[in-house]
Amino acid sequence: MDAVEHSPNTPLEYQSETGRLNILGFWIFLGAEIALFSTLFATYFVLDGRTAGGPVPAELFEVKGVLIETFLLLTSSFTCGLAIHYMRRHSLKGLFLWIGITLALGLSFLGFEIYEFVHYIHEGAALTTSAYWSAFFVLTGTHGAHVAMGIAWIALILIQLKQRGLTPDTSRKVFISSLYWHFLDVVWIFIFTAVYLLGMVM
Amino acid sequence: MKRIKSMLAFVMFMSVFVLGGCSNLTVLDPKGPVAEQQANLILFSIGLMLFIVVVVFVLFTLILVKYRERKSGPDYEPPDIEGSTFLEIIWTVIPIIILIALAIPTVKTIYALEEPPEATAHKEPVVIHATSVDWKWVFSYPEEDIETVNYIHIPEDRPILFKLASADSMGSFWIPSLGGQEYTMAGMMTELYLQADEPGEYRGRNSNFTGEGFADQVFTVTAETEEDYAEWVEEAQEAPELTQEKYNELMLKGHADEMTFSSTHLEWVNHAMDAEYATKVRNGLPLDEDNSHGSHEDHEDSEDEDHDSHKGHGDHDDHSKSEDKDTHSESH
Amino acid sequence: MKWDEFFVTGDPLIYGADVSIALTLIGVIFVLTYFKKWKWLWTEWLTTVDHKKLGIMYVMAAVMMLFRGGVDALLMRAQLTVPDAGFLDSTHYNEIFTTHGTIMIIFMAMPFLIGLMNVVIPLQIGARDVAYPFLNAVSFWTFFMGAMLFNISFVIGGSPSAGWTSYVPLAGLELSPSVGQNYYLLGLQIAGIGTLLTGINFLVTILKMRAPGMKLMQMPIFTWSSLITSVIIVFAFPVLTVALALMTFDRLFGSHFFTLMDGGMPMLWANLFWIWGHPEVYIVILPAFGMFSEIISTFARKTLFGYKAMVYSMVVIAGLSFLVWVHHFFTMGAGGAVNSFFSITTMLIAVPTGVKIFNWLFTLYKGRIKFTTAMLWSLAFIPNFVIGGVTGVMLAMAAADYQYHNTYFLVAHFHYVLISGTVYACFAGLHFWYPKMFNHRLNEKLGKWTFWIFVAGFNLCFFPMYFLGLAGMPRRVYTYGAADGWMSLNVLATMGGVLMGIGFLILVYNIYFSFRYSPRETTGDPWDGRTLEWATAAPVPFYNFAHVPEVKGHDAYWIAKKEGRAKEKKPYKPIHMPSNSGVPVIMSTFFFISGFGMVFSWHWMSIAGLIGVLATMVIRSFDYDKGFYVSVEEIEKHEQTTE
Repeated sequence: MDAVEHSPNTPLEYQSETGRLNILGFWIFLGAEIALFSTLFATYFVLDGRTAGGPVPAELFEVKGVLIETFLLLTSSFTCGLAIHYMRRHSLKGLFLWIGITLALGLSFLGFEIYEFVHYIHEGAALTTSAYWSAFFVLTGTHGAHVAMGIAWIALILIQLKQRGLTPDTSRKVFISSLYWHFLDVVWIFIFTAVYLLGMVM
Repeated sequence: MKRIKSMLAFVMFMSVFVLGGCSNLTVLDPKGPVAEQQANLILFSIGLMLFIVVVVFVLFTLILVKYRERKSGPDYEPPDIEGSTFLEIIWTVIPIIILIALAIPTVKTIYALEEPPEATAHKEPVVIHATSVDWKWVFSYPEEDIETVNYIHIPEDRPILFKLASADSMGSFWIPSLGGQEYTMAGMMTELYLQADEPGEYRGRNSNFTGEGFADQVFTVTAETEEDYAEWVEEAQEAPELTQEKYNELMLKGHADEMTFSSTHLEWVNHAMDAEYATKVRNGLPLDEDNSHGSHEDHEDSEDEDHDSHKGHGDHDDHSKSEDKDTHSESH
Repeated sequence: MKWDEFFVTGDPLIYGADVSIALTLIGVIFVLTYFKKWKWLWTEWLTTVDHKKLGIMYVMAAVMMLFRGGVDALLMRAQLTVPDAGFLDSTHYNEIFTTHGTIMIIFMAMPFLIGLMNVVIPLQIGARDVAYPFLNAVSFWTFFMGAMLFNISFVIGGSPSAGWTSYVPLAGLELSPSVGQNYYLLGLQIAGIGTLLTGINFLVTILKMRAPGMKLMQMPIFTWSSLITSVIIVFAFPVLTVALALMTFDRLFGSHFFTLMDGGMPMLWANLFWIWGHPEVYIVILPAFGMFSEIISTFARKTLFGYKAMVYSMVVIAGLSFLVWVHHFFTMGAGGAVNSFFSITTMLIAVPTGVKIFNWLFTLYKGRIKFTTAMLWSLAFIPNFVIGGVTGVMLAMAAADYQYHNTYFLVAHFHYVLISGTVYACFAGLHFWYPKMFNHRLNEKLGKWTFWIFVAGFNLCFFPMYFLGLAGMPRRVYTYGAADGWMSLNVLATMGGVLMGIGFLILVYNIYFSFRYSPRETTGDPWDGRTLEWATAAPVPFYNFAHVPEVKGHDAYWIAKKEGRAKEKKPYKPIHMPSNSGVPVIMSTFFFISGFGMVFSWHWMSIAGLIGVLATMVIRSFDYDKGFYVSVEEIEKHEQTTE
């Protein structure tokens, strides 16, 4: 079934049956991820305000750090899109460049997030402090862990690209990992508004 | 066919046994207006449901008998019937009608049960705070300033407003003869109106699993005439006052005998507002405000006394051991 | 930690189990070594990605779990037969009902159904395998390792005892300090990974891999039910994943999601649990509906009555399944509006379910009903499920539920729907598709013995429980007093339980007996079947179909037989097949190690296990094995031997 007819315009990652199946499967996986993050958001809202006399978010949240994180991640989503653009034009060099930038942005996002967490813990707001902070750390931490996983995964794919060049297989992997990366960006937008903006206003 | 017949005979025999051997269906033998509304609703629904069951069972039996494979007609080739919109509509609409017939009284009763019973709504209800603690029941009468453990007295023909909370695990407060149950939760208040129509002793219990001592987390309800009730109240008010030390002993896991006090724990804690109290007592953490003396030292001696108050629950020794293991700190 | 805290000690029942587990293990190792079967085990089973073999392993594991859960059930019945019995103490009883519930739902019902789905779905839609054979193996092994992790709690560390619902605060660290609850959390978490992957896998398989010509509305009804089930899995299981993770954080890392201290909210757990838990009920009932539909249609020799209505009703049920979770705690005092809303949504489920019941009845109408064992199970389902269903409607009436909740009335209801729905379906499906799995039928005579004994036992066991509930007997009590007056009904229930146990033993004997004496299949179509799985040869070749069948309507094989196309010969083409892989079983073993470490808070071990998991993933990522082609000559050779 691998050699199904396809028009020359079909992107590389869609050219094989495996490619098409895997991409559909990954979309469904993202559906499950949406259910997962929705549950975490619901938990966060239920526990919002239950700080048990401990620190409250409005005291600790800082606009600057969060804006930097947001900027980094949004930009990385954009550069990730550029990488796919170059992949479609069969430019391995452009692909490497933009994915490299994406990873660098992702890493610095993680760096800022870890710095932010350490800061909160320093101020006496940790996972164990109160229900609110438990929900905060698990929601943002799950997102952060996803980002870390994504970085490691994309790094592995880069090695494979280096070894094999652009094939239907490697391009499929790049494309799927880019879907994942955009998804994390979308989740972050929700975290940014629902957790940080609301947390600072309330 | 023989098998089916013997099966049917067996089922008939069974139901006679079941119904005969069980004249004691508490839920269908209500002793108050709340339980009565529920029993009526249940009987009404059983009636409608039996109708459905009969229709299906009759159709089922007829079809199986008529269309079973027979040796005599091996050439019979069944027609392929895709379906029938008319029939589909019928068996969609009729169930919907039946459900509407069920839903209306259900919703009415749901709302009715949130209020005191209609006939006695003009009477001032007796307010009783019922608190479940592993594995006992603590009752406070704030107006009368009485606290009891594992038993209550109530006047007949007067609504009782139970304000429910839990000191620890989630329980469910249930007196089947008087009406349905409601959960008790730490840090939350739930309310339940019940009423007894006639004097008598009723059994109440926790029906929501709370661990080791769950099966014995029971209490008795004595419904009596207004005069007898007033007399009991007076008598109870003679009892010693409840001290916080004594109360903190009750917070430890274990059973307790029936007790009576002439003051209530609501003076220093309402578990519907404070989810942490029992946990703090058990772990020797400081309690809020100035009356924090009932903590660690008391915890130590209280264990022996607690021993005495047990209703001889078989593996009590394990309790006190696990008590010690429990003592890990939640503080940071 | 001392060894006597590590191993569960002090109970003769558990020592007995220790010995029998050890003996079984030694026996298995001895047999494998003596007959030099280790290599065979590895290449044919442990590394297989063949959906049929994975299906068989699922079913075998599920039957084992049915045994374990059944023993639990009989122990409970033994304890409850007479008042004030001292056979089990409270703690032990609590552990047993907890493991009974968890094992039966998570490790018996679901894997049994998923196993049958694995065997049947690719065959029914005319596919060579599922969309992701490798992931399918990962699904099985994570389920299996999760189940094993949960089960060893019994002898190592102690079983969970807070009920399969694990309500907090009871299941929290404060009130359940033993490691048992950790086993529950991690065992379910690891098995849950497998279930989620299965959901994704079957969704894509059914959407994308159908034989040419098979439109959505021409899919066999079991395939439809599996598709809808997969959708429910994909959206419901992440909720469980999160709920379990949050409780794990509470217990192991001191967070405060569900604690009494520092603002935690215990009722959040109940909500999350049932937002997953109610759809879960439909995950185990919809495939059952699908199987009954197939079997009833086959043995009535008629096409399914109202096929479209059957499909739509399942879609409606799936949608409603996410909107009814509050009916599990009407007694929480949420207020009239909430309880009324959820009462009505719950009752609404009865409408599509009723439609299905009548469609089954009218499939039988004017049919030529053949009482095979599979058919008997499917027929017995109808009256028994109706009893379970109407009592379900009664429970849905919140005002009345205040009196039923937490009682044996509820216990009777959910056993009526789960046993006469899911368990009957598992048995029916097992008998029906057994020839596809093992190339011989199960003995019909023994099968009917199992059927009559089990069904009689089931009704004897659970029908009295409705009355016990109305008599005020709460569930989960380990004993009761003579004054309660519950004994006579409990005696009946225990007798019924014993009958069910006997029925199960006859089934196990039947498996052995049929393996030895049943004639081997020659045609591949022993029941005069209607759907494509019966078009495959006997035994089913590993590539399933020598040429991909063409579909001209639902009941595709029936139509082909009528048109005389069933045995058509066409030139063969090479077939692409996936390669075996040892990665899934190794990865899942690392999951097990990691989970075990977490249960005991041995963080070095859990981290080592996780590193192992990641390493196997990396290995997989670098693995560009694209499978192999079966050449035309090979297919020809194979097809000749199987005909």
